This record gives sequence, structure tokens and C-alpha cells, in this order.
Amino acid sequence: MLYIKCPYCGLRAQKEFSYGGDATVKRPNINEEVSSEDWDNFVYMRKSPRGKHIELWQHIAGCRQWIKVQRDTATHEIFQTAKVTEEIR
Amino acid sequence: MSQPFRLNKEGLINRNKKISFTFNGKKLFGYEGDTIASALIANGIHLVGRSFKYHRPRGFFGAGVEEPNAKLQVEFNGHSEPNVNATEMELVEGLSATSQNCWPSVNFDVGAINNFLKMFFPAGFYYKTFMWPKSFWYKIYEPFIRKAAGLGVASIEKDKERYEHKFEYCDLLVTGSGPSGLASAYAAAKNGAKVILAEDKPRFGGTLLTDDVSIDNLSGKDWAEKIISELKSMPNVTVKNRSQVFGYYDHNMLVMFERVSDHLEKKSKFTPRQRLWYIRAKETILSTGSIERPIVFGNNDTPGIFLSAAAKEYMKVYGVLVGKKPLIFTNNDSAYETALEFKKNNVEPIILDTREEHSSELIDEAKSKGIDIRFSHGVIVANGYKKVKSAKIGKLNKDKNSFEKIETVDCDCICVSGFWTPSVHLASQSGNKLKYEEKIDAFIPDKKKQHETSVGAANGSFTLEESLKHGFENGSNLSAKITETKKEISIPNVNEKKYGAHDKFWCMPLPKNENPKRFVDFQNDVSVSDIEIALREGYRSIEHVKRYTTLGMATDQGRTSNLNGLQLVSNIENKIVPEVGHTTFRPPFTPITIGTIVGREVGMEYMPTRKTPMHEWHEKNNAVFVDAGAWKRPRYYKQGSETLFEASKREAKNVRENVGICDVTTLGKIDIKGPDAAEFLNRVYTNAWMKLPVGKARYGLMLREDGIVMDDGTTTRISENHYHMTTTTAQAANVLSHLEYYLQIVWPELNVNVVSTTEQWAGAAIAGPKSREMLSKLYPDLDVSNEALPFMGYKESEFFGVPSRIFRISFSGELAYEINVKSDHGMFMWEKMMEVGKEFGNQPYGTEALSTLRIEMGHVAGPELDGRTIPSDVSLNGLVSKKKDFIGKNSLGREAFNVESRQKIVGLIPIDRKSSIPEGSHIVQDQNAKLPNPKLGHVSSSCWSVENNNPFSLAIMKDGKNMIGKKFFAVSPLKNKSIEVEVISSHYVDPEGKRVRS
Repeated sequence: MLYIKCPYCGLRAQKEFSYGGDATVKRPNINEEVSSEDWDNFVYMRKSPRGKHIELWQHIAGCRQWIKVQRDTATHEIFQTAKVTEEIR
Repeated sequence: MSQPFRLNKEGLINRNKKISFTFNGKKLFGYEGDTIASALIANGIHLVGRSFKYHRPRGFFGAGVEEPNAKLQVEFNGHSEPNVNATEMELVEGLSATSQNCWPSVNFDVGAINNFLKMFFPAGFYYKTFMWPKSFWYKIYEPFIRKAAGLGVASIEKDKERYEHKFEYCDLLVTGSGPSGLASAYAAAKNGAKVILAEDKPRFGGTLLTDDVSIDNLSGKDWAEKIISELKSMPNVTVKNRSQVFGYYDHNMLVMFERVSDHLEKKSKFTPRQRLWYIRAKETILSTGSIERPIVFGNNDTPGIFLSAAAKEYMKVYGVLVGKKPLIFTNNDSAYETALEFKKNNVEPIILDTREEHSSELIDEAKSKGIDIRFSHGVIVANGYKKVKSAKIGKLNKDKNSFEKIETVDCDCICVSGFWTPSVHLASQSGNKLKYEEKIDAFIPDKKKQHETSVGAANGSFTLEESLKHGFENGSNLSAKITETKKEISIPNVNEKKYGAHDKFWCMPLPKNENPKRFVDFQNDVSVSDIEIALREGYRSIEHVKRYTTLGMATDQGRTSNLNGLQLVSNIENKIVPEVGHTTFRPPFTPITIGTIVGREVGMEYMPTRKTPMHEWHEKNNAVFVDAGAWKRPRYYKQGSETLFEASKREAKNVRENVGICDVTTLGKIDIKGPDAAEFLNRVYTNAWMKLPVGKARYGLMLREDGIVMDDGTTTRISENHYHMTTTTAQAANVLSHLEYYLQIVWPELNVNVVSTTEQWAGAAIAGPKSREMLSKLYPDLDVSNEALPFMGYKESEFFGVPSRIFRISFSGELAYEINVKSDHGMFMWEKMMEVGKEFGNQPYGTEALSTLRIEMGHVAGPELDGRTIPSDVSLNGLVSKKKDFIGKNSLGREAFNVESRQKIVGLIPIDRKSSIPEGSHIVQDQNAKLPNPKLGHVSSSCWSVENNNPFSLAIMKDGKNMIGKKFFAVSPLKNKSIEVEVISSHYVDPEGKRVRS
């Protein structure tokens, strides 16, 4: 079970969180024209990297905040966690 | 009742307490502190089981977790457990053990014919033989294999025992209480660290209990006792025996299995049988020790053949002799200690040492005691079927591949030692890539992957001095980093015997024309020849050899077989062992009970139960409940001997004719507040929300970004910036997360807050033509006329003195209202409604009637919104705005969503107007067509229409609207039904929706 540092609550067990997918995907702006290719990329196309991956988790059994987690998909090492408003580099 | 193999004094057992037990029906006794194994050996019993494949007689081989053979069916404390390791299970009064995998008995086992047919059962036998004909597999081959290759029998009784889970955090977890573990725990504890010390066995001390050593002038055992009692007295230390750390998971999470009360005769009702510990440790010391490995020779699986250290443990811990005429077969010095122990107990051993004559401290001591030592010797083959009677031994030539001399010697046991294998399982599980240590012919941990540090024998250091030193150092350094305190600890003086070098010898050659089985893996019956076959057939990767031969795949995880298997492969392949590599170690290290994994999450505790505030009333009024997620909802209220069908029909009919009330508390409720709430709803829902006036509700549909319908429900504008959203019961949690996602991540600029209020409001629907009359009685001071409270209207008013919210919304398609009061007032509201409703013929209705009402109205719910439908599939395209943008809008333009023949919702009625159509049925043109019969759609929801008094179903069907009027078959192979149906509109009752507006 992973040990995830919620930027609001501190280190908590994985079972308090739910996974939310790739955090680098940006939704096209509302009310703006978007090509169907860009839209399809947003809805369907995801990279499945081996190694570092910035992803979203929600602390559902805690503060209910969505957070960013940078995790190694092969080793599960977590390098960094951040609020969604913060950048992970 | 004498025990022929029990020593008079030796051992740590309690000779004052006799424990009686049975083995295969025979009454025996042992002492408190015995394992089943030690008690049986004391009674001279060695034949305990039959092997997995060949049904060969098997006895004990080890004295603990390494045991590959002695797995018994054990009944104790009122339950029956299969595959119990006899070398680990402690004796309790009244225990009854029986042998497994034998019929009719362990002494005469019909399956043993396999042993004589062994040439037909080589590696890969099952893969090759049972391939053809294919049709034989399910009915003949598989049942046969299952019967023949059984282990124990799982009980089908309900497990009445209590199991618990515990979550724990510590600075340092120490796994194993041998010398290095004790030293680590002690040093860390002195530094003030929070320490957990786990020991698998009942007694602490590991090898200190059996090795002839002294520490600071105390015997190993006394020193261990001293350290343990000091640790136990420290508040920052938890010391646990009978506790096996069996898994090393991510982020330094370790899982431990504690046998809390299996060894107790009596215990309190609330004492768990076993406990699972989830331990998050900052640092972990792996002091798991090492396991002796055997040398391979002919018929090396015969009962009476032991690991040499196990034989010593039986003497020193249990006061039991494994035999009175022992052969000690070794390639190293450690087995000499076993020989000396025999000698001390007046038993004359013969030592066969594969090494050439040489000298060391132990060899000299053995010589001086007059022990018969034969250098360059080894056991070729053991004789005896159910017990060793003699052994053919050979003097090896210099090349160690042929014999100078062969003779037969009598013996009643053979104690074998092929040197030591560090227990690296936990290190490997942590992600540590192991490295091969030439000096000890075994793998040891390499670079750390997590916060794990292997010390002592687990790290390949086999001297006490080194183990203690590493233990103290690592325990002190690792804990000092955490506690920032470092206490000086003087490393004690150690007195131990110096070992000479071991011989890199692991398998005895065979003389010409002799071909006895030489087992590498006892538990899975894998012999040298099986591995040779696998390699001959082209398997190269050790992982493939493992799977083809099943080497190391039994429950003992190859503890005594892995390295010998690797040696064999590397010899044949002309490689060195590190090139062959090792197979993967996976948790659990030892088998653990399913009950422990489940813990307290059984029966009612399996998941939380959510009850509405009116639950007790439902219970008292014969409600039959149905699970809706964690909620309990009344499915119907049983009157007399009514069936579900009869009751739901009555309830639904009463709603259509009079009035009924339904507990709708379980609907998801989300409170939405903020100046941008309208804009937010406008983006979340497919329809327009900017112009919804205060005091009005609106039905809304929300999509996922891929255009699929996510949920539906009504949202009401309570005040300017305040909305009350309802979701379906099932989607409540998902919708909240969905809203939070968009507010926190996608549109953080919107000033909106959302919070779940599902638990805060109790809700009841009042539905039926008489609902307005009833409502006016409930709110005598309120104008509830159609003009004052129209369809989709909202009012706040006092309900007999209690604040309440009135929504004029309808799921049943009838004139209907929903009343919400604070949860605490739920029961009050419900009882008042029952009282006031009497004169209107009010009856409560459950989810079954609720479904009937919505289905015949053509209202969609979960079965239609199944994650595959878009709004136009379910006739909700009227709710999809063309003018504004919303979540998922861009996806609705996708080609596949817009083809003419796309699936659409329709209604179905059976041609005979009688046969109800099973939900899940497939709609086909020709019920007799050859399979695969083209599927045109599926039946999503079915009911008995109370309005038309015949069955009616909703279906999602290809090109649905154009199929209206046509006839098809609804076939359900599951229920073995095929019903001819006619396609009609999905709005079966009141298609214009007049009633809700009446």
C-alpha cells in the first residue's frame, strides 16, 4: 500500500485516496472551438510511461482535495506531491 | 505410554504438562511446548504424509518454516484446517491431526502406484498427456488431476473464529529474534526509537537456542532471555512471538501474521485467533536468518532423513531424538555440532564428510570424542520404503564424480547438511536485486531499494560475532537517524567455535546402472531427472524451468530446493549460478489463513450499513430490504403471505389509483453554493441552467467527457446563489468527486462550493392522484394548488412545526411531491404521513413498485444509463442544448454516435401478454438461428405493468424507433427462455406526461 503525502493532511495510506489519471492533460477551454483531433486527444489519448508520471489523486476519505502526485509507475516511488494549483517539475 | 525417542532432560518443553492428541486416529501425548512434529517424533512416528505426485511415503525434514513434507489436516479448537505445517503448529489439548493426499491411509496408499509408474510421470507430464482429445479436459482429465493431486480439504463450515487487523507505525521493525535481530532491536530501543521485534517461533532467540555459544559468559539462550526481558520492559518496544512478517510491500509497508491463540486451550470469546498487522516502518532490519540446504542423493525423501540443524533443534529445544543410529552427511562444519549433540545424548553418529581429511576446531572436537568420521564420503542412496533402514555410502574419488569404494551401513536416520542459504525473501520482495555470494554459494541482498537492511545470516554472515556486531551497529545507526540520539553500546564478548571452509558439493553422483529418484523439491516432487528433461526440451530461462517442472512453486516456496535447482541448471548449462539467476520471491513468505486476510470484515461487518432515519419503521412493518450500495432500502412491504410480485403489484397499483409514500432518503444530495453556481451547473448539465428562477426545480442530465450519460437528477434553486442537487443513489459519490474535479482543477476560477448533504436530509416521496389532497392535509396553512405549487415548483414550509422542503417532482410519472426534513425529523415525518394519509388510502411502496412505476412510464434509470448510452439513445436528446457548451458536448458529434441505426430505447410487450421478459435477454430476429445469433439489442428493465395488466420491458435496440410495430424474440439462455415480443414506444403509460402536471 502506497504512502501518499497529501499537501493538506500529510502522509496517509493509499486506501484514503482514489486515483484520477494523468495530471498533465489539460481540458480544452469551455465555449472555445476545438478541433476533433484535439478533443479526441484530450478524451482518449493517454501516455502510459514506464517511470515518472504526474498523476491526480483525490483524498476522498480525507480533505477531499484533488492533488498531484509524481510517481514512478514501475517502482511506485513517489518523488513529489503538490496541490493542483502548484507545478511539479 | 512411554515416548521411545524422548530424552530424559534436554529441551525447553514443559514436562509437567502432558498434552494428549491423536494422529490418524491413534491416541498419543506430548508436552506443552511441543510441535505436532516433535511430539510425533518423540513417539517414533515418521511417516506422516504422501508426496504430491508420486505418493511416496514422506516424513519430517525440517523443524520449522522450511518443512516441505509434513503438511497435515488438523482439527483443533472446533475447526478443521488443511495443509498445517506440523513443524510449526504447537500442540494443544485434544488436537487431532490426519495425513493428507493418501487413500485409504498413509500406510497403504493406492495412489502410490504412481511411484512405480514414475517413468510415465516426468516433468511436463500433465501438459503433454492431457492435451487430447480436447473434449476430455473438463469432464475427465481435470477432475481426475484434481482428485489425485490434492493437498488438504478446506472446511465448508462457517469459520466461527475471530480474526483482527491492526495498523501500526514504528521507527524500526526487526524481523527475527536471532542474535542479529536482538542486537538491532536492543541498540535501537536504547536510542529511544519505537521498535517492533517480530519472531515467527514461540520462543525468542533463533539459533541462540540451539548453538553451543556464550555471550558475556552467558549461554546463548540465557543472553537472549536477558535481552528480551529488558526489551519487554521498555515502553517504546513491542515484542511479538508467533508473528511472521510475511510480506514487504511498497513504501516500507510490511505485513505480519500473528498466531494469537492457536496454542491456547481456552481463550476468551473476544480473543482473536489470528491477527494481521499492517506495519509502516521507517526502517526495517531483516534478521531473518538462514535455512540449511540439503545435499541431493538417491531416495533422499525417505522418512527419517532430516536437515542436520533440524535434528539438533529437536534435541535441544524439544528433547527428542530423530533417530538412535544417525548418519550425518555434510559438506561443512555445522553438522558436526549435530553429531556432538547426539554424542552428548549417548547416541553414536557416523559423520560422512564430502571434504578430504582436514582439521578444524569442530572436527578436532568430534575426533577427540571418538566420533566415527569418514572423509570424502557421502550417502549414495537411502534404503527403506517407509523409513530409512540403511544407506549405501560411497567413498568419493578425487574428482568427486566416481567412487573408490561403496558399502552399505545400517542407520535409522540421515542428517544432511549442504551449507546455509540466507533467507532473502523479504529483501527480494522489497525490490532489492540480490547478488550471488561466491563464498557461501548463495544469494544475498544487494543495494537497498527501500529502507531495508539485512543483517546476520540473512546477509550471509554466519558467525555470531559478526552477526551481533552488524546488529548492534545497524540498529544503532538506523535509529539514531530517526531519534537523533545515539547511546554507546559495548559489543559483548563472544565465545563460539570457528568453522572451517565448506565444500562446494551439492549433489551425490550415482554409480553406473543405478537410477533412484533424487529429489530437489520435495513438496512438488521435482527430481534431478525432471529438471534435466526440462533443459533437454529447450527450457532455458530459470523462470521457465520453474514453471515447467514446478520447482520451488509449492507452499514452501522452494526454501530447501531453490539453490540446488539453480546449481543443477548451471551445471548442465555450463554456466555459473549468477548467470542462471534466481526466480522471483513473492509474498506471503508462509501460507496464511484466509480468515486473517479477511479480518473482521465478514457478515454484517463486510461493509458499513447505511440506514435511513425511517429504517426502524420499515422493519416493524414487514419491509423486505434490498441492498442499494451500502444502503438498505425497503424492496416491498409484505402483507400476509404475499410474494414479491404480488406485493409490488399492489403497491404500484395503489400509487396509480390512490397515493403512496416512498422513502427516498438514499438519493444523493449535494448542496451547491456560490455566485458562479448557475454558470457551473450550466457547464455540468447538458440543458440550460442560467435562467432557472429561484423556487424552481429542473431535471438535468450530466455526461462524461466522452459523451456517455453519467447521471440524471433534479436540481432546485433554493435562493439566488444556492442550489440543491439530487443524484441517483448509486452515483452519489461519483458525482460529488466529478464536481470537485471540475471546481478544483478545470475551472478553479468559478466561485462555487459543493458539499454532500445526503445524510443531512430525510426524504419521502408522495405519489398518486390523491397526493395533492394528502399534501394539503400535511400543510393545512399552505396553498398547494397547481397554480401555487406547479410541476417543478419548490416551497419551504413547516411540517407540523418542523422545517421542511417541498419539491414537486416525480419519478413515478404520477402527480407527486418529495418532502425533505432534517434527518432527525425523518421518522416523525414518515409517521405523520402514514397517519394523515390513511383517509386517502395511502400505502408505503418499496423499490420494486418504484421500478414498476418508472419503467411503464419509460423513465430511464441505472439499467439504461449503463455507461454505454448517450442522451439520444435514451430519448433524452431534448435535454441537450445546442446553444451552449457543457461537459462532453464535443463528443456527441462523433460519427458512431450519429449513425442512423444507432441503438435506441424502445418498449417491449410479449405477444401472449403473459410471459414476463427476463432482464438481460437478447433481442434476436430468429430464435432458432445458428450461433452466434446476431444480437439486435438487450432488455434493460422489466416489470408487470399495473396500468395495462401485462408484462412490459424497456430495451436498448439497434435502430430502435424504426422497429416499432415489428416482432422479435427476447431470448435468455441463462433462464432458458425465449419470448416473442412486439416493439412499442418506451412510454407505455401517459406518453404526454399529463399526470405529473395535473
